[in-house]
Amino acid sequence: MLGLKQIGGRLAQLIFVLWAVATILFLIFRLMPGNPLAAYIDPTFTEEQQLILMAKFGLDRPLWEQYFIYLWNLLQGELGDSFFYRQPVFDRVLELLPNTLILTFSSLIVAYAFGIIAGAWLAWRRGGLAERVAIPIVLTTRALPEFWLGMLLLAIFSFSLGWFPAGGTRSPGEEYSSLFALYSSTDFLAHLVLPAATLAIYSQGLPLLLMRSNMLDVMGEDFVTMARIKGLSSWTVVVRHAARNALLPVVTSFAIAVGYQIQGNVVVETVFSWPGLGRELVNAVSASDYPLAQGAFLMIAIVVVLMNLLADLLYSLLDPRISHA
Amino acid sequence: MHESLDTQIESRSLIKQFFDSLHLPTGDPFAVAGLIIYAAFVAVALSADVIATHDPTEILYTPAYELAADRSPGQEGYILGTTSLGRDIFSQLVYGSRSALLIGLTAAVMVALIGTLVGLLAGYFGGLIDTILMRLADVAFGIPFLPFVIVLAAFLEPSIWNVVLAMALVLWRDTGRVIRAQVLTLRTRAYVEAARVSGSSDLKIVFTHIAPNVLPLSFLYGTIAIGWAILTEASISFLGFGDPETISWGYMLQDAYASQALSQRAYYWFVPPGLCIILVVVAGFFISRGYEEILFPKLKD
Repeated sequence: MLGLKQIGGRLAQLIFVLWAVATILFLIFRLMPGNPLAAYIDPTFTEEQQLILMAKFGLDRPLWEQYFIYLWNLLQGELGDSFFYRQPVFDRVLELLPNTLILTFSSLIVAYAFGIIAGAWLAWRRGGLAERVAIPIVLTTRALPEFWLGMLLLAIFSFSLGWFPAGGTRSPGEEYSSLFALYSSTDFLAHLVLPAATLAIYSQGLPLLLMRSNMLDVMGEDFVTMARIKGLSSWTVVVRHAARNALLPVVTSFAIAVGYQIQGNVVVETVFSWPGLGRELVNAVSASDYPLAQGAFLMIAIVVVLMNLLADLLYSLLDPRISHA
Repeated sequence: MHESLDTQIESRSLIKQFFDSLHLPTGDPFAVAGLIIYAAFVAVALSADVIATHDPTEILYTPAYELAADRSPGQEGYILGTTSLGRDIFSQLVYGSRSALLIGLTAAVMVALIGTLVGLLAGYFGGLIDTILMRLADVAFGIPFLPFVIVLAAFLEPSIWNVVLAMALVLWRDTGRVIRAQVLTLRTRAYVEAARVSGSSDLKIVFTHIAPNVLPLSFLYGTIAIGWAILTEASISFLGFGDPETISWGYMLQDAYASQALSQRAYYWFVPPGLCIILVVVAGFFISRGYEEILFPKLKD
């Protein structure tokens, strides 16, 4: 089981990593060529606005002082104002986070459901024709450029067949009274299908291969042999005895997959014009909207770091043999 | 004459030794398929000038001086057709292999080199060096890779070298951790102990006794990194942060996407570059799987 000390140690590591990532980001954005004020101040801001921002971020102070002001502001969720939207970056980023999370989780849940079942089935059918055909196909899905898969699905199912809308989260002219009304509408779901399918096809390989190899390990163990000797049917053995035990590490990998997916979302969100954090980052960087780019990057990094921590903790919780040194 | 022959033989045996020490997985059919795909890919990249039918950036015209745009495959002799700006798709595809090879190899070498060095030093010396290097790896694991490449590529000049740089800065983390774990077990072996007792220096032990034993593992991670590098470059170019001067498969896809090739159903334009990327990346996967079976025979059943 997890001791308090281990959790404390992991939390300290989490804070260290977040601090390091924030510092790297500070260095990149302040040392970039051109006007050092550009990280927060757009030349089109009024003089009054500029003065307020100068004071808020200490832009007239030496760099090391700016650094501490930056960290202090971060702790309070103060990320500056977006040049383009003229609104606090923090609000904008929080607004987009649900879209990214919905896309990520819906695609991963589908990918894991499929991957776990298919992986167990392939382990059961080990050494057969199914395995020889399926494994190279699965490896190929891992080699797909995600954005290209998205383009292909878009061309086939949207432009050629017309089954699904081509991008965004809602059809033009559609208005919803609340976010919940939007997210539960069929219009939203129709927009979600293609980007989620793209990510799911790409992601199912990890749980599938993991489930298969865990199953193969477990099926060699004594209690499975015992169940076979008891005369249980082979599918019962697979599902009741082997799959249950093989499932734990796959579940743990879900957290890591969320972290990876959030990074990879950048391209798929762009292909489908999905208003999430990744697309916002791309747009902000292209438009030199530095505060927004910084905010979107930090938010993605926070999700990644939290998911890494969650995976670690789950791992040692589920398998007491792993200890945290 | 004899002398040059001798050195030739010697260098050949050196090359043979090098390949032997890599333990290329020639027994596994998929790994062999992967090696063949790699060989073909390298051959096309090297002889792109001969294979390509047109200059990939040239805007082509018909004899009547009309723009030869949006030609379908085979039409007017364009093997894979032309882009909406009248450029030859087949030639772009052929030249694209060149930048893919360049990026894939340099990034893979950088990632494998840095990762191996970190793993060797951290694993062998332990203590403070180990702590510092492994905390750095923790940080590298906390950096969202693609967003990091985007931010870096946007602030530096748009060039393929910045993609390679960003990969080198982040992706050594996996190789580093795995090599370190391997070194930890090697360090306690009897022959390392023997070398230490007989007075070999630490650096000599690390590089002559331990490094050769982790080389196949570095090579394994190197082959995976080739695929990652090509995928990353494609993503970055697709997002518009790539080198506008270089024809790459990612650039072709970005060009097709931005030119409405999807709504015009110009499959001949955006399908081939994607297939090329898949082929090269999957070849790397096949080779690395063959490797894993040699390195960790327990997995094979």
